[in-house]
Amino acid sequence: MSIKDYRTAIEARGGLLIVKDTASVAFGDRVHIRDHAGHSRNGQVIRSADNEVLILVFEGTDDLDLENTWVRFLDEPVEIALSPEILGREFNGLGEPRDGRPPVLSSIRRPVGGSAINPAARTYPREFIQTGISTIDGLNSLVRGQKLPIFSGSGLPHNRLAAQIGRQAKLVDEDTSFSVVFAAMGVSYADAKFFRDEFATSGVLRNVVMFINLADDPPVERLTLPRTALTAAEYLAYDLDRHVLVILTDMTNYAEALREVATAKGDVPARKGYPGYLYSDLAEIYERCGRIHERHGSITMMPVVSMPSDDITHPIPDLTGYITEGQIVLSRELHNQGIYPPVHISPSLSRLMKDGIGKDDTREDHPRVAAQIYALYARAQETRNLASIIGADELSERDRRYLSFADAFDERFVGQGEAEDRSIEATLNLAWELISMFPRDMLTRVKETDLAKFYQGSD
Amino acid sequence: MSEAKRIGVIRDINGPIVTVELPGVRSGEQVKIGELGLFGEVISLRGREAVVQTYESTEGVRPGEPAVGLGWPLSVELGPGLMGGIFDGVQRPLEKIALQSGDYIRRGIAVPALERAREWEFEPNRELTPGNRIGPGTVLGTVQETPTVLHRIMVPPGVEGDLLEVAPAGAYDIESTIARVRDPRGLSHRLSMYQRWPVRKPRPYLRRDDGISPLITGQRVIDTFFPQLKGGKGAVPGPFGAGKTVVQQQIARWSNADIVIYVGCGERGNELVDVLESFPELDDPYSGRKLMERTLLVANTSNMPVVAREASVYVGITMAEYYRDMGYDVVMLADSTSRWAEALREVSGRLGQMPVEEGYPAYLASRLAAVYERAGRVETYGAGSGSVTLIGAVSPPGGDFSEPVTSHTKDIIETFWALSKELADARHYPSIDWVTSFSKHVHTAAQWWHQEIDPDWEKRRTAALALLARDAELSRIVNLVGPEALSDAQRWELEGASLVKEGVLQQSALDEIDTFCSPHKQFALLDLAITIYKRGAALIKLGVPVSELQHLPLMAKMRRLKSLYASDQLDQIVAFHGEVEQTMESVRLEYAKHGEAV
Repeated sequence: MSIKDYRTAIEARGGLLIVKDTASVAFGDRVHIRDHAGHSRNGQVIRSADNEVLILVFEGTDDLDLENTWVRFLDEPVEIALSPEILGREFNGLGEPRDGRPPVLSSIRRPVGGSAINPAARTYPREFIQTGISTIDGLNSLVRGQKLPIFSGSGLPHNRLAAQIGRQAKLVDEDTSFSVVFAAMGVSYADAKFFRDEFATSGVLRNVVMFINLADDPPVERLTLPRTALTAAEYLAYDLDRHVLVILTDMTNYAEALREVATAKGDVPARKGYPGYLYSDLAEIYERCGRIHERHGSITMMPVVSMPSDDITHPIPDLTGYITEGQIVLSRELHNQGIYPPVHISPSLSRLMKDGIGKDDTREDHPRVAAQIYALYARAQETRNLASIIGADELSERDRRYLSFADAFDERFVGQGEAEDRSIEATLNLAWELISMFPRDMLTRVKETDLAKFYQGSD
Repeated sequence: MSEAKRIGVIRDINGPIVTVELPGVRSGEQVKIGELGLFGEVISLRGREAVVQTYESTEGVRPGEPAVGLGWPLSVELGPGLMGGIFDGVQRPLEKIALQSGDYIRRGIAVPALERAREWEFEPNRELTPGNRIGPGTVLGTVQETPTVLHRIMVPPGVEGDLLEVAPAGAYDIESTIARVRDPRGLSHRLSMYQRWPVRKPRPYLRRDDGISPLITGQRVIDTFFPQLKGGKGAVPGPFGAGKTVVQQQIARWSNADIVIYVGCGERGNELVDVLESFPELDDPYSGRKLMERTLLVANTSNMPVVAREASVYVGITMAEYYRDMGYDVVMLADSTSRWAEALREVSGRLGQMPVEEGYPAYLASRLAAVYERAGRVETYGAGSGSVTLIGAVSPPGGDFSEPVTSHTKDIIETFWALSKELADARHYPSIDWVTSFSKHVHTAAQWWHQEIDPDWEKRRTAALALLARDAELSRIVNLVGPEALSDAQRWELEGASLVKEGVLQQSALDEIDTFCSPHKQFALLDLAITIYKRGAALIKLGVPVSELQHLPLMAKMRRLKSLYASDQLDQIVAFHGEVEQTMESVRLEYAKHGEAV
């Protein structure tokens, strides 16, 4: 197709531009737009008919006029250039440098849209990752190739937790560290700076690629940013054989940008104004993580989802939870008690934990001691509720034991330092120390052999 | 059906919805889109234009490219070679695609579901002789498809007449002629080992029968409390993290069906891989063979194209009906029907159809009902009785069971296993909530249990449910005023309910021993829990304090019993029963003595 500039825009609103009388344009192609001031913008074809084309403009449609807008169809999909040089760099959602250094030059260019991994080519994730955080390692273990989001709320320390995991994550018996792909959508300048400083001071910056879209950057760009970041992650994992940890923050901002564009397009809304395809759209992002047969690298993903008004049933955390392999839920209550990281274990879950722990991976008693903690803590929560009604003095001795267990658990097991990197061994020993507050016959989730080996109580 | 191809041109591309100018094309017809040759299906017609939903991403397709009407609706290939395989939402074999196109699925790739080159040992039906009148469903012969599954080669629906010849025993590929038949008009037809069938049309059968025997899943809360029948339809609704997938996988693993079809519809890729990697290693508790030999997977993961997700359920159920027609009991699991419904919603939204509830189209309820209605126990044409049991997972947004998909499903199904977030949070698995779940088959199942296992089954089941109901009532009081306000008898009721919950209802899918529980062991455990409760209640009436009973070692043992002894160690459980009686009796005697002394 000959390169031609069209000046036939007929409509511009909400990040969308309609151009008429075009030649046949391929769906999904990249578009270059020059506005009246001579500035360039980037776009993508999201509907293509005989002689009318709908374009999503990543920089938004503010300040465009219809007369003086030149549109050029580039006859190629939206792509980024990839080379080992991307490590240590910072880009925007389209893969353009944000760090003032020159663009990456490479013959390797990949479309950011990606394509679906053949399920038959996947390998089931089962290598335990030690994050050094007891509530994750002990009770909701992360494995290589898993997608495990952090469900949080405004003001909670999800970024500190994500950074700590990025810093400490490692395999128990291998000395490989993770490469980190950090994708920030609509975050504040301060949050972006926090991560940048965090990576710089811990000396991992050479192993990190950052894709950043700040809160005051165009929201439409947030739609392509996680895809660009994942394309980079796939390159690092499958071309360069690295183990990659992808941190996406904050997926709520992403979904809101999607809603903004969907509303402008006139899509039928499903829940809370979000389009019906939000689930499929999120899945396209989350499902790009995993392990593939005969590939050495892997992609592990920790998206951060801030729950609007701490509501876990809000469409964004809800649909995320249906796609991801579990979730780590932060609690405002624990946070207010000064406990870091404020992980609320009851609604937290890791679906892939079962195959990554136990005899050959962590320790033989691990699955059962985790189940025992959960059972005791659930009962302790009921007791706490009861105590708040009738007062702790009215409780039976047995119930008071549950209360002191729950307090000790929150303080010592959940709570740990931001620089404290606990080994899995230390986490499990601590778990035994805590459950040994109960007599043997109340510990029905563990085996007799576990009790003989690890029980620390007096009876 | 005419096989004439029509060629037209693409007018508009809106995501997976493509408008083509293709006069004469039929609604439902398969269409090949563009230079890439993407497959799609006509969903509506208007004048010279047809709207096509494509099963693959349309990126790179341009207006003006050709569109070809193929002349047939979306169909599947049915014949030997399906078992043990993994197919995508339109029945493309994913393992073969991986060989051809690598780790990612290349678009426009067309690979037939059944391998053409492979030869199968065909054993003709000795009862047939040339001149026999044969019709749909007549078994022409058999092929040992896997060591567990004997594949019956049947005359396809629509073919009838006099048998001219059946091939002798020997190795044939699926396209070879294995029989010839002359129809009443005198035309002769060649029959091979495979047939095609349009997925949206239920396969015919002789008549519909009532279900008679329960589907044993080896899961106590299902078999004992909310039983499903072979040929029944059930739903497993639950918020995320409640364990829907584990329940479905447990059914796939341990149910006493002949064939299991697992449709991963808009769910996680890793879950299918889990099945794919673990099933070839696991033993079928009934046949002793590997589970994968009787299992077939249909995979449309959440990131695969949404239109193929809509098709995947039909593809799965058509294959299920095909094995049913051979006289087998088939279980089809669809995880999750909510994602299927969302695919409907997405397509209807793109077509600009008027939404009714939460954006879903008005035809949601009727489509759901039509899918579930394809389950059932039937008298087949040529192989006796067969059944399809359909169990669908439902993923209600926010765990709200009043949302459209859950509420419409609830109207259609017969067994409802409602998963509870509270139980899951307390790691009470399976988190099937005994208050909101129901089964309409208890009465029918009871006949089987009484005959095969124990005449007291229904009594024990009712006693356990009554105990659980009392537990809910008493717990409300405890939550208000504390446990001290309860009498000893009431506290013993709580203890009894807790025995039922921990000793019977809870069952770990990860525990090697407890993951499968035979009906005999199920009854033994239930019987024990109720016996302990009843003996204890009698003692409390005599004045024995509840604390004395609570601390008996047998209470902790009852809770661990399920994972101490496997289903084939029933004698150990019976021995424990004796132990219980003995202990309770000695408590009684001791207390009686003590009471006399005072």
